[in-house]
Amino acid sequence: MIRDEKLIFEKSVEGRIGYSLPANDVPEVDLEVVYPGDMLRKTAPQLPEVSEVDVIRHYTNLSKRNYGVDSGFYPLGSCTMKYNPKINEDIASMEGLAQMHPLQNPQTAQGNLEILYNMDKYLSEILGMERVTLQPAAGAQGEMTGLMIIKAYHMHRLDSKRVKIIVPDSSHGTNPASAALAGFEVVHIPSDERGCVDINALEDILDDTVAGLMLTNPNTLGLFEEDILKISRMVHDCGGLLYYDGANMNAIMGIARPGDMGFDIAHVNLHKTFSTPHGGGGPGSGPIGVVKELVPFLPVPVIEKVDDYYTLDYDRPLSIGKVKSFYGNFGVILRAYSYIRTMGSQGLKAASQTAVLNANYIRKRLEDLYDIPHNRICMHEFVLSAQRQAKNGVTALDIAKNLLDKGIHPPTIYFPLIVQEAMMIEPTETESPETLDNFIEIMRDLAIKAQENPESLKNAPKETYVSRLDEVKAARTPVLRWKK
Amino acid sequence: MKSSYIPMTRQQQEAMLSTVDVKSLDELFSAIPEELRLQKDLKLPEPLSEHELKKHMNTLAQKNSDTIGNTCFLGAGAYDHIIPSAVKHITSRQEFYTAYTPYQPEISQGVLQSIFEYQTMIAELTGMDAANASLYDGATALYEAALLASRYNGRKEILIARSVNPEYRKVLYSGLRYSGITVKEVDFYKEENSNNKSGTINLEQLQDHISKNTAAIAIQSPNFFGILEDIKAVSHTAKEVGALLIAVCDPISLGVFESPGALGADIAVGEAQPLGNPMNFGGPLLGYFAVKSPFIRRMPGRIVGETIDSQGRRGFVLTLQAREQHIRREKATSNICTNQALCALAAANYLSLMGKEGLKEVATQCINKSVYTYHSLLEASQVSQVFEAPFFREFVVRPKIKPNAINEALLTEKIIGGYDLTAEYPELEGCWLVAVTEKRSKKEIDDFVSKVNSICQGGIIND
Repeated sequence: MIRDEKLIFEKSVEGRIGYSLPANDVPEVDLEVVYPGDMLRKTAPQLPEVSEVDVIRHYTNLSKRNYGVDSGFYPLGSCTMKYNPKINEDIASMEGLAQMHPLQNPQTAQGNLEILYNMDKYLSEILGMERVTLQPAAGAQGEMTGLMIIKAYHMHRLDSKRVKIIVPDSSHGTNPASAALAGFEVVHIPSDERGCVDINALEDILDDTVAGLMLTNPNTLGLFEEDILKISRMVHDCGGLLYYDGANMNAIMGIARPGDMGFDIAHVNLHKTFSTPHGGGGPGSGPIGVVKELVPFLPVPVIEKVDDYYTLDYDRPLSIGKVKSFYGNFGVILRAYSYIRTMGSQGLKAASQTAVLNANYIRKRLEDLYDIPHNRICMHEFVLSAQRQAKNGVTALDIAKNLLDKGIHPPTIYFPLIVQEAMMIEPTETESPETLDNFIEIMRDLAIKAQENPESLKNAPKETYVSRLDEVKAARTPVLRWKK
Repeated sequence: MKSSYIPMTRQQQEAMLSTVDVKSLDELFSAIPEELRLQKDLKLPEPLSEHELKKHMNTLAQKNSDTIGNTCFLGAGAYDHIIPSAVKHITSRQEFYTAYTPYQPEISQGVLQSIFEYQTMIAELTGMDAANASLYDGATALYEAALLASRYNGRKEILIARSVNPEYRKVLYSGLRYSGITVKEVDFYKEENSNNKSGTINLEQLQDHISKNTAAIAIQSPNFFGILEDIKAVSHTAKEVGALLIAVCDPISLGVFESPGALGADIAVGEAQPLGNPMNFGGPLLGYFAVKSPFIRRMPGRIVGETIDSQGRRGFVLTLQAREQHIRREKATSNICTNQALCALAAANYLSLMGKEGLKEVATQCINKSVYTYHSLLEASQVSQVFEAPFFREFVVRPKIKPNAINEALLTEKIIGGYDLTAEYPELEGCWLVAVTEKRSKKEIDDFVSKVNSICQGGIIND
């Protein structure tokens, strides 16, 4: 292993260059004359002075200290780390699609607009919605957009007393954060003993101050909310709307649709369900679909098709406006479009079925050695608890760090917050039974070691580039940039 | 159904179903009420093979006129800069692009260190103390900056220059619509209201509007018209009433211009797409966000910090997470989770390759070439001057015929013309915003100028 710990700045050699630019072929401007006073920089920014080879080696070495889906199994619950097909990358970098300026005359962008228009149609069909906006850049931004639509809808009806958004205690952190940003008061409801929305608690909260309910279905425990029709009726009866957090949509493609469940707004994460890569944290894409009644409130522009010509419609008086520049993360949308076109309806359904089978297979084969708080048939993921192991001093974190040494990316840990020592396991459909078996054997082995020799699990990881890092130090005395 | 992305065989499926103790795939979904289970296939087109997909996408691409086959003089928020080949080779490494957010630092040092380097470069360019790991785009970065300012000083009014990108202002209005924070616009100097034709923020009007209720002033420099604002003067005005200054700055321009930090800005945000990222028809873009030290713990989004491992070796982690949604839920500084990490990696690659000299060279060529274009156009007298102030990469002129008519005609010559300001700025009706980057050659510029001249001479007069 190459132990090159230097930053790119520390490799800088004065006078070295890594660029190739055309020679300036127009008259030179005297900067001092054109930009008088304080306008010009007095000291140059401390950027590295390195050659192209230096840059390529530096970042190639850095990449070796990173782990992607192509490196191995990545059962990170709630994140749907499925394989990212290579053809989709090729499509996304096709010059004729990518090398386009967003403000070009629509007549010169008919191909791209057709893609966006059809993507709206496909996602509407998958979600059971009337129309979809592709503008939100990620799931959280989709949530924010949806909540603004909820607000706009109630305000349009002159119903200004609806100030509350209900979220389950098992919800993703983005749900309450988005609701607060959209100007709502957040009300948490507990889960019942079956791990689903507590209907009685919901009944108690529902009144004419409730603007809506946000729900993930299947929820973050990987369980389908069996009473969803009752829940949506209750919320609608009190005048509220239902928002579907689509983070777990990979469980139900072609099997059930949020629109049919009674949801009024639903987002999907193209970077989860529709196989686009996560890029080490982004870019993603979080389109939202809405029912017919909410279409007027969608962000502008909406892409319309008139006599086989695609246009951008900005003339929408009830629109909430814009949530992001231009039309969304087009490059990500292109990959998801390619995915849908190569999978078709049967392929998407098979993906969901297999994802659910894989999760249940792992659950079934670990249930004797780990606690599983809600141990019944799950959807595409399930949550186990390392409480039994924690009694011997081996926490979910320790198990996660031991998985690193085995070449596996750990599950999501300590989420959802309602399960102690939670480990949320989402295998996805793109993993072979051999990969699952390998993971299961490792997890079983760790459970046995936790019983017999817990100390042996406390110092992992040992095989990684760095060992456990001091996060407290990082937060107490933040060093957020390099300085000479 | 068989798919190359689903490795399970029929036999394996049978065996696994029996382990799970169900008879069929359908039984796995028994928790879903019968009435909700789709009885028919989704209405989607028939699946395509790889080869068929490529052909299909090629057909779609042919319905576009891209910026490779056409020479681009359009900017207005997205810019056609040169991208070194090495950038794509680095961002195409699977270890980077197929990874998730670096929650497990021991196997994510690659992306964490690259973000730390990116944060350093952004802080250097902007003259700020720290930068975050990225936001969606320049527009949402401005929105987050406004929120930070209002929460910091508890004030509920943002003053924004009308010379800030209209797209940014729209995102700001939508985002703040239900926040209790109001936004007031401050006009720019133009010919009809004074003999000052600088196109910069109207400082007298700013004085009239500013008060103890002002949370922040937001300006853009170079502004939407390409003109440099007097950041220092606006900063003084802000400080007099205890308001913060948010400066939206183009990162390429900071290769030659004084940093917003040095000129008194508290928060610098902007669009970093020009740093090694293609225009992508408007997305993904790259929002950067940088602050002076008092605001570090109030920043939105991910932040990478340096630390040590249990053996004392340098390493990097996501830090100051107590600000974030997964910990603080409704009390978080922002709801952002997924950001633009891969675009930030591209920006770090770009800035490493360009380095100190290269970035300055790019910025200088943008100046030389845009100034040359501007003077060439003015010389031929088919366009007239609108503003009188130094600009960067982009400038406004008023052609003799309507900008959209010129643009239509230029298209037939395989040129993508400038941005028609009429719709967003009725007061600048008939004005045209032209962008010229280092990518344009003298020949392309001369050709553009001569085409514009001949179109204007033969066209309908723009009143």
